[in-house]
Amino acid sequence: MSRVRVLVGTRKGAFVCTADGDRRDWKIEGPHFGGWEIYHMKASPVDPNRIFASQSSSWFGQMIQRSDDGGLTWDTPGSGPEELSAGDEMPQGESNKFTYDGTTGSHRWYDGTPHPWEFKRVWHLEPSLSDPDSVYAGVEDAALFQSKDAGRTWSELSGLRTHATGQDWQPGAGGMCLHTILIDPADEKRIWVAISAAGCFRSGDGGLTWKATNKGLVSEFMPSPEAEVGHCVHRIAFHPSKPETLYMQKHWDVMRSDDGGDHWYEVSGNLPSDFGFPIDVHAHEPETVYVVPILSDSLHYVPEGKLRVYRSKTGGNEWEPLTKGLPQENCYTNILRDAMCVDSLDDCGVYFGTTGGQVYCSPDGGDHWSAIAEHLPAVLSVEVQTLN
Amino acid sequence: MVRVILPFHLRTLAKVDREVLVDVPGAVSVASVLEAVERSYPVLRGTIREHDTLKRRAFLRFFAAGEDISFDAADAELPASIASGQEPLMVVGAIAGG
Repeated sequence: MSRVRVLVGTRKGAFVCTADGDRRDWKIEGPHFGGWEIYHMKASPVDPNRIFASQSSSWFGQMIQRSDDGGLTWDTPGSGPEELSAGDEMPQGESNKFTYDGTTGSHRWYDGTPHPWEFKRVWHLEPSLSDPDSVYAGVEDAALFQSKDAGRTWSELSGLRTHATGQDWQPGAGGMCLHTILIDPADEKRIWVAISAAGCFRSGDGGLTWKATNKGLVSEFMPSPEAEVGHCVHRIAFHPSKPETLYMQKHWDVMRSDDGGDHWYEVSGNLPSDFGFPIDVHAHEPETVYVVPILSDSLHYVPEGKLRVYRSKTGGNEWEPLTKGLPQENCYTNILRDAMCVDSLDDCGVYFGTTGGQVYCSPDGGDHWSAIAEHLPAVLSVEVQTLN
Repeated sequence: MVRVILPFHLRTLAKVDREVLVDVPGAVSVASVLEAVERSYPVLRGTIREHDTLKRRAFLRFFAAGEDISFDAADAELPASIASGQEPLMVVGAIAGG
């Protein structure tokens, strides 16, 4: 029977939750890396027992952790017992070394002045779809790194940071982070990334060169609301079978593109608020999309004290609230950009975590919800693996 | 041997007890002690001082013989009590919380 493994990153550690295909009885293991911020964990689709984790701290900086046994044990890549005894001069203590390539240069600071690029942390890890040793890292200050040795060493794909518009990128309130990486299953050299607050970019050559893909985005807080870059894109998502159709939750506005990001149009429709962070697509229905609106950029909590996931079965514009099993009074939590995901079981499971420490699962595409966990630290990210 | 006391999270990371002992060849300074610590525990590279610049991370301080030596030159020789192992070099994380 199929089962699922949910990887939860929180402000104070990582948790691994498992259940069978019914997704009703959960076993929770953790915290791993107690006291550290776990921005993201994601497993290799090629080797499901290989999980990468981004562990960070304002005191001690960035760490990369890797498990090769499905989250039971963890090591910083290059320092595991087998790797240390291999004696093949593998780099040690470099799995947390993220050094920008070449001249660092500067981007625009909050006050508009030039500010040097400074590495702060890894926001998102995206394992290769075909090579278990290859993984991308989206970092703050915004750049894309790649490891080809299972996380032991990292190199920057500097064509993104040195894009002609790079000097104009500016941090949002959460920092200038590269938080989303999408890889086209049909052509792994085709990659999309999203950066707050620069926008969306697409590469067709494995990350060497990039094109800004923000036409149609309108951000009223910018001096030129339709500028090529500067948009605070919170998250993008697609269905793997239909990568030309992209969905975006922007700072304000839910957007859609039908041409791989070349042009965007708004599909916020009847949402109670078009501000939010996460967005995801049903595993079997490419036109079924999920968002969790929050009130505004000043009020980072859900409207009316009600925790509602909104689902569109029409690829946007027409949205229905999903509430069964979710708190419908006195709820003032937020759902962060990497804290929503879907499994590939039939029915499709939908998952999300809150800054209040709850992780919810719907085993039926959003119709009914129940809590996997209710009292974790603030949830930063949720990923799910469907295991056979 | 030089004794070094690490903060909780670095002890967890390095999988060591409260105090570590390192052999420091030559002059005993913050730089040479940390070099020895990182050689013995590669996982700590980048966590106490930055990878390339070797700058002390902002939220950490170094104490030796009851003195805050965080702003001394990294290659300044440490007191004999540290070099002899009579007292530990302490790596201390900034206190924060509500």
